[in-house]
Amino acid sequence: MFENLSNKLETIFKRLRGYGRLNEDNIREALREVRIALLEADVNLNVVKEFIEKIRARAVGQDVMSSLTPGQQVIKIVYEELAAILGSTGSKIVFSARPPTIIMMAGLQGSGKTTTSAKLARMLLKDGQKPLLVAADVYRPAAIEQLNILGKELGIPVFNGNGTADPVEICRGALTDAKENGCRSIIVDTAGRLHIDEDMMRELKNIKGEIKPHEILLVADAMTGQDAVNLAKSFNEQLGIDGIVLTKMDGDARGGAALSIRSVTGKPIKFIGLGEKLDQLEPFYPDRAASRILGMGDVLSLIEKAQDSFNEDAAKKMQKKFREDSFSLADFREHLMQIKKLGPLDQILGMIPGVGKLKDKDVDESELVRIAAIIDSMTEKERNNHTIINGSRKKRIAKGSGTEVYEVNRLLKQFVQMKKMMKQFSKPGFMKRFGMPGNMLGAGRGMFPF
Amino acid sequence: MLNIMNEKKGISLFKTYRDKFERLKSGLSKTRSGFLSGLTKITGRGRIDEEFFEELEELLITADVGVHSASRIISGLREDAKKNKLKESKDVEQCLKERILSILNSQFPISNFQFPKDSPFVIMIIGVNGSGKTTTIGKLASKYKKEGKKVLLAAGDTFRAAAIEQLEIWGERSGCPVIKHQSGADPSAVIYDAIQSVKARGYDIMIADTAGRLHTKVNLMEEMKKIKRIMGRELPGAPHEILMVLDATTGQNAISQAKLFNEAVGITGIALTKLDGTAKGGVVINIIDELKIPVKLIGVGESIEDLREFEPEPFVEALFER
Ligand SMILES: Nc1nc2c(ncn2[C@@H]2O[C@H](COP(=O)(O)OP(=O)(O)OP(=O)(O)O)[C@@H](O)[C@H]2O)c(=O)[nH]1
Ligand SMILES: [Mg+2]
Repeated sequence: MFENLSNKLETIFKRLRGYGRLNEDNIREALREVRIALLEADVNLNVVKEFIEKIRARAVGQDVMSSLTPGQQVIKIVYEELAAILGSTGSKIVFSARPPTIIMMAGLQGSGKTTTSAKLARMLLKDGQKPLLVAADVYRPAAIEQLNILGKELGIPVFNGNGTADPVEICRGALTDAKENGCRSIIVDTAGRLHIDEDMMRELKNIKGEIKPHEILLVADAMTGQDAVNLAKSFNEQLGIDGIVLTKMDGDARGGAALSIRSVTGKPIKFIGLGEKLDQLEPFYPDRAASRILGMGDVLSLIEKAQDSFNEDAAKKMQKKFREDSFSLADFREHLMQIKKLGPLDQILGMIPGVGKLKDKDVDESELVRIAAIIDSMTEKERNNHTIINGSRKKRIAKGSGTEVYEVNRLLKQFVQMKKMMKQFSKPGFMKRFGMPGNMLGAGRGMFPF
Repeated sequence: MLNIMNEKKGISLFKTYRDKFERLKSGLSKTRSGFLSGLTKITGRGRIDEEFFEELEELLITADVGVHSASRIISGLREDAKKNKLKESKDVEQCLKERILSILNSQFPISNFQFPKDSPFVIMIIGVNGSGKTTTIGKLASKYKKEGKKVLLAAGDTFRAAAIEQLEIWGERSGCPVIKHQSGADPSAVIYDAIQSVKARGYDIMIADTAGRLHTKVNLMEEMKKIKRIMGRELPGAPHEILMVLDATTGQNAISQAKLFNEAVGITGIALTKLDGTAKGGVVINIIDELKIPVKLIGVGESIEDLREFEPEPFVEALFER
């Protein structure tokens, strides 16, 4: 859906070859593309405008580095500025010198507060900060029960006030309970509410007054659109937040809300939610978020995801196979299945800069199962040497896998394509050509195991 | 316009619109009453110049219409203005509203739920996590129940903690029984049982909850397809409605949601929730235009009665309110 910004900028600057220095004129069109990319990523319009002016001011007059094209130079500036605004890496929860550390969660309905509360509690438990979860959402049906269940799953106590209807009173009780039980941290899950609901916002202020939290975290959905600035501003002005958790980042949202929220509150984004499981809470990395917002691939995340799913030996073996061109259909199948574990194929490919193009070419993740079936219908020999697969073999394979010959053909085509691409990836220095800042490249790690 | 309502359609259409608008607005306007609408503020300028069109475009963008759609709509508007030699900015304003209305209206009459003649009516509710599926089911169940229908709910979200309990509470509130299995059970099995129950006990309507899922998760989308298949196998023609519940706060990602959910199971309509906030939900214009999927319902609050039928006109009015 989103064309890669770097490709677009390259095209623009091709028409403007020969510029040694960026100026108002030659970056105008590029900035227009940047503006569109940011808006498509749901960055708020006013935030975009401010940002573009900043970039313009920084870019004009700069010499284009000899190693970069003007397009790459603009991207570099945009990317660096984005990452800078998004803040510093891995802001942590600051534990109080006098425990318990009290953390309060707030946000709109459905943003993911309850799940995030549980994830956070799990993290604190691991850090040796014995947590107490507090269920202060007395409104949404079964919200308390939800937290009870999650607490039980984690072996973490949940204070729910036993039917108390007043959230402030529940919180008061929780403080005493935590002290009695020697808890070192308290996480208060509050009901979702609209930032314009005055009564409900007052309730949050009352809770805050009662428990005097060390940390108030705003939980926001990564899919939030232009309204992100309104809600963030409101919560921050009325409540005073200390940090942000961006949830549902495991989808394909570009997450421009991160920039909007960060810009209007100035508060750090501390964590991102990457799934429904309770261990899927991770620190926020501004550089990754920046490239994701720009639609330029989240290389670091990809590498890390890949590292999680592939053991290093297997990855090295694979790389060797790519280099030596001995990667077979059998390997292909094995790795498709691995990829499937990583997430949707087009998303994975989208994480690699410059691979955007491949997306048009029928790589549909729902086909993975069919592809596996096709490869399963091949003989051992065919799997190890795809070049022997002729017309009659294709027919047999199609029949055996319940597919059509054109599907077998397409698979073979994709396989050859992929092989070619991977051979390139496995060459040292491949990523350099994209002119991306060094820290994005996982310098020299060259871990592209598929 | 949930079918049942059609019978009562004697009242003047205008009044219906007015009422809807007032209700939508009262759901919306907790802090914003008394402000001039953004559009009026701009068009108050009088002159039709480049800046004027730019401001209109920006107004659309901030309503989540999306930068491409906004620019397409505005270039059409420029042509209109030229062709009709519009001099007054309020005429251009009218023109803009009509442009958007014509997109919304293109799918609007289809918004009615099509009740089958001689079979129970099965509604499947889908959407990403936290969009408002279960709440919408509660509201919808209550509405039908009040209209004298026999309604059964199916607790098809067996994954999220306390999702079943949540639906049960909505069942109690609306007075509709809930078919459930244990947490962690196969959702298709729940749906299977629910359909058997619908057939055996003569229910008019069944509404199936499903677990929230991100549209990019292949295995979860497969699970959802299976739920749909089971429905159709056990009751030919079912599900008759597949509603995607969309949070109005969502930005451009809603398009990807609609596309992928539609590809997987075919969406018959959208329920746009949380319009009682400050978000406009403008992204549905794009979805209606490109995917031809109508918006059928809107959610304007957390209470059981906070469900409305979608009406293009008040929606467009609200789009430009600031
Ligand atoms: N303000 C407002 N809140 C709503 C509306 N619809 C739902 N909500 C709230 O949004 C939150 C999530 O709603 P649910 O119905 O649990 O959403 P869901 O899609 O079933 O969530 P999962 O099953 O967890 O994916 C709840 O707090 C609801 O009260 C609405 O129209 N307006
Ligand atoms: Mg639900």
